[in-house]
Amino acid sequence: MAIGFNIIYNTTGIINFAQGEFVMLGGMTAVTFHQFLPLPLAILCGVAVTMIVGAVIEILFIRWLHKPSVLRMIIITIGISILIREISLHVWGESVRALPYFTGTSVTSYQLGGVYLSPQVLWVIGVSALAVAALSAFFNLTMLGRQMRACSANRDAARLCGVNAGNMVTLSFMLSAAIGAIGGAVICPITYVHYDGGTPLAIKGFTVAILGGLGNSMAAVGAGMILGILESFSIWVLPAAYKEVISISILLIILFLKPSGIFGSAEAARLKDF
Amino acid sequence: MLRIKNLESGYGRLKVLKKVTMHIGAGEIVTIIGANGAGKTSLLKTISGLIRPRSGEILFDMKDIGKLPAEKIVFMGCSLVPEGRQIFAPMTVRENILLGAYPQLRKNNGGAVRDDIERVYGIFPRLKEREKQLAGTLSGGEQQMLAIARALMARPKLIMMDEPSMGLSPLIMKDIFSIITRLREEGNTVLLVEQNAKAALGIADRGYVLETGRIIMQGAAEDLLSNRDVQRAYLGRDLDAEVTM
Repeated sequence: MAIGFNIIYNTTGIINFAQGEFVMLGGMTAVTFHQFLPLPLAILCGVAVTMIVGAVIEILFIRWLHKPSVLRMIIITIGISILIREISLHVWGESVRALPYFTGTSVTSYQLGGVYLSPQVLWVIGVSALAVAALSAFFNLTMLGRQMRACSANRDAARLCGVNAGNMVTLSFMLSAAIGAIGGAVICPITYVHYDGGTPLAIKGFTVAILGGLGNSMAAVGAGMILGILESFSIWVLPAAYKEVISISILLIILFLKPSGIFGSAEAARLKDF
Repeated sequence: MLRIKNLESGYGRLKVLKKVTMHIGAGEIVTIIGANGAGKTSLLKTISGLIRPRSGEILFDMKDIGKLPAEKIVFMGCSLVPEGRQIFAPMTVRENILLGAYPQLRKNNGGAVRDDIERVYGIFPRLKEREKQLAGTLSGGEQQMLAIARALMARPKLIMMDEPSMGLSPLIMKDIFSIITRLREEGNTVLLVEQNAKAALGIADRGYVLETGRIIMQGAAEDLLSNRDVQRAYLGRDLDAEVTM
């Protein structure tokens, strides 16, 4: 989730508030495809569909904007997220859906040093670790990844190096849609999906991305764990209904105190625009 | 190599360049001098495709590049070292250089790229020492070197430089200018835009004087250097006053 934010931010400096909807879409389409396809294929198709949606959104709404301001981008992406949500309401209705557990059932659990873990949790951890590793390799070692980073650092200079900046932005939307969709498919056996399920995830994901330092996938995973632990332990002192409050207050505290994130170096932050 | 005819260009409703006509031959160093706001940077941005020209034509190697986007023009062999360096600050020095080689990689010249990297490291040994550092942490002079190195990696037929000496100490400025001369000796063609008219005319073959978007004077570099008007306006020396003293 937070990683998806980071991808688009990495290429465009844009914070995409429709990211939560990508997660929801990934889960929803995977569930739909699962009615007539085996699970791995259904997830693959779900991811593919979400990627196409991501590309279409970029081409329709983002590409023709010349030098959009940050505020404008935020408004546009929030608008897109509302649009996706309403369309999904029409397509899938209000029912809550879920994929079956990838391995085992909702009652199987593994014991790990006195802690009971659902197999699906292991899937989530495994997939996010894999995604982070693959992404950091992609951004740091491949020419395409470097081009995407160059676009984010300095768009005009990237064009002067022959990089087609417009295509890079489309690609980044597809990539983050894919990551969101994978995330959506993996977590939906646990959390279920609902047409309205994207927004709280987006807020949480955004908190995590900020907490870890924007643009840094490795830190995002670390921050995600910290946030998860904080939320779980907050149940001791606060009613469970206040869980969401925790993530939002953390977001505010971080934005006030250390906008570069706890893992972000102040130096790298100064070299970026915002 | 480059031929510009009646070029007009600007930002929004503001017209900056008015009927600019000029040419650059292969192997030349041509300089454009002019005061702040004369349109020097706009001219280079228009040639490189960052700004769309409003009218007139830009012929590069006999082909009209006026309507091409910036990323295509680089592929044709016309590179810009932009004003204020514009390096990729959050990336390493080596990555910056590799990105410069992107047109070469696209043309499947991967093997040549390795030699090119060695070549630019030969010209700028400082960059090799700092290969793994983030580009944003380099000093101003080093960043300028990196910007030039990055442009060279595309193996341009014409390399355009916008104010390469801006904000540099006189000593480093001298280095940069000697590198420009060296580039010409290696057969490159250079279009140099400078506020430091004296240094630029010192190494150039020919020059154009740009004033409020118009070319008001042109000629061999030595002629411009000794021209009274140029001296008074851009070299800070008033020959008439000196004579009366």
